[in-house]
Amino acid sequence: MTDAVSIRQDIVSKKTSATAIAERFLSRIEAVDPKVRAFLSVNKPAALAAAKKVDEKIARGERVGLLAGLPVAVKDNICTIDAPTTCGSKILETYRPPYDATVVRRLREEDAVIVGKTNLDEFAMGSSTENSAFFTTRNPWNLQCVPGGSSGGSAAAVAAGMAPLSLGSDTGGSIRQPAALTGTVGFKPTYGRVSRYGLVAYGSSLDQIGPFGRSVRDVALLAQAISGHDALDSTSVNHAAPEFSTMLERDAAGLRLGVPKEYFGAGLDPEVRASVEAAIAALVAKGATRVEVSLPMTEYGIAAYYIVAPCEASSNLARYDGVHYGHRSKEYEDVITLMAKSREQGFGPEVTRRIILGTFALSSGYYDAYYNRALKVRRRIKQDFDRAFEQCDVIVGPTSPTPAFPVGAKASDPLAMYLCDVYTVATNLAGLPGVSLPCGLTGSGLPIGLQIQGRVLDDLAVLRAARVFERELALSLPWPSLT
Amino acid sequence: MAIDRKTVEHVAKLARLQLSGEELDRYGKQLGDILAYIAKLEKLDVSALEPLAHAVDTSNVFREDVPGPSLPRDAALQNAPEKTGDFFIVPKIIE
Repeated sequence: MTDAVSIRQDIVSKKTSATAIAERFLSRIEAVDPKVRAFLSVNKPAALAAAKKVDEKIARGERVGLLAGLPVAVKDNICTIDAPTTCGSKILETYRPPYDATVVRRLREEDAVIVGKTNLDEFAMGSSTENSAFFTTRNPWNLQCVPGGSSGGSAAAVAAGMAPLSLGSDTGGSIRQPAALTGTVGFKPTYGRVSRYGLVAYGSSLDQIGPFGRSVRDVALLAQAISGHDALDSTSVNHAAPEFSTMLERDAAGLRLGVPKEYFGAGLDPEVRASVEAAIAALVAKGATRVEVSLPMTEYGIAAYYIVAPCEASSNLARYDGVHYGHRSKEYEDVITLMAKSREQGFGPEVTRRIILGTFALSSGYYDAYYNRALKVRRRIKQDFDRAFEQCDVIVGPTSPTPAFPVGAKASDPLAMYLCDVYTVATNLAGLPGVSLPCGLTGSGLPIGLQIQGRVLDDLAVLRAARVFERELALSLPWPSLT
Repeated sequence: MAIDRKTVEHVAKLARLQLSGEELDRYGKQLGDILAYIAKLEKLDVSALEPLAHAVDTSNVFREDVPGPSLPRDAALQNAPEKTGDFFIVPKIIE
């Protein structure tokens, strides 16, 4: 199993074929996924048909796309016309989108091979995939542990070698946290960098699609393929995306690493702290500069996020009414009970909890006390980052306060689960790009993730910094044990 | 600090969620715990700040006024739990 960039080269130079690669990854899925359970659906015929088309193009000597023949797994909250899109929810169990998301259209245009749809916390609400209505995905490094979430299936698929690349979505850390917990690279681009047309909406001012891979180079390649303006998403930014994948290399010298003291306080696992500190020291030894910065609002991030995101969710999820698509209750008395029963039966507990929380915070008499106050704190959070970025190029620290935790450990305590995102939510509140990459393993063999955040629209700086860390740390992680 | 059943019931009604008595109590308690945590925001003086709804400023995004194809009707209806001809079916609303 090799990286995406090399696989593409081998396909284009006819050392192998897209069909052979698709078959190899599909058989890996068959062999391994019964243990990991990363996929909600695998579309073998469609994958093989897409691979065959790439091979025919190459045989005819035609130009092929950036992702020629590369298997990609797609989170199941991203619409695909030829496969179910369930969002990990009973309410969308039978839903078949009548259109492709823009990112899916781009994958097809760039000749990728979509192998299947991956598991997630229901409607991307959670940090472990335990909130999926169907099953929990397991961490390939330790099957008793969660892979993180909400994009846990996409992270686990890449970590276990079932796809070289995958797409996730990140509203408060849902790409970066599972990347950290599975030893993969996960990138959340600047808000608006990648079109969200066809991404099932959760927190619209926060949601962003991004890639997973096993190297920064691979992630940069997929990021490049999906970035760019889209008239179908009114929040899509109208700036051409740089060719990330060809501009990655830089020296450590001259790179100013902002290290916020608030990211190293109480609650941080000592092994995670030591590993992240060692990674920063390694880069400083190669010429990077360490700058002490402060993000005083860090401790308020989760509180602000758990107002903003549920408020937006309560509005976005109002569309599931048992009328236009999705689950409809068998019994009802009138249109109101039809909707109320369909929703109660279709939504799981975490989704219900966030709808109640959001509806409460937006309801008459509470709006100013909760929602408006949270938006003002959000302004402070953004100001914190603006001030920090006056002194540094990127901000580095741990992605998650702990490595992967056992299935069930936090499932009955919503607040404990929310605190998994303590270092990642502010990135979304401020719209910044952020990436997580592996920086070591714990004594018990679980991956540790390092997070890098950058200025709005400076996605390239974040990816370049990640590449310097990757190169200088030169970790060669073993393949996960799958036990 | 649990939120009382009446409040949760009211919110559930606004959100069109039919919850049992046991669920109302459970969500009331959890909502109370979460709001107690969120109360830390009250410690901050935010009086001088403007709310920030979107991190990246965009406003009045228009596209060219050019007609294009819409989703075909049968595609729009393909996921309807109940339909007839070109319509979604709902229970009778007006007596």
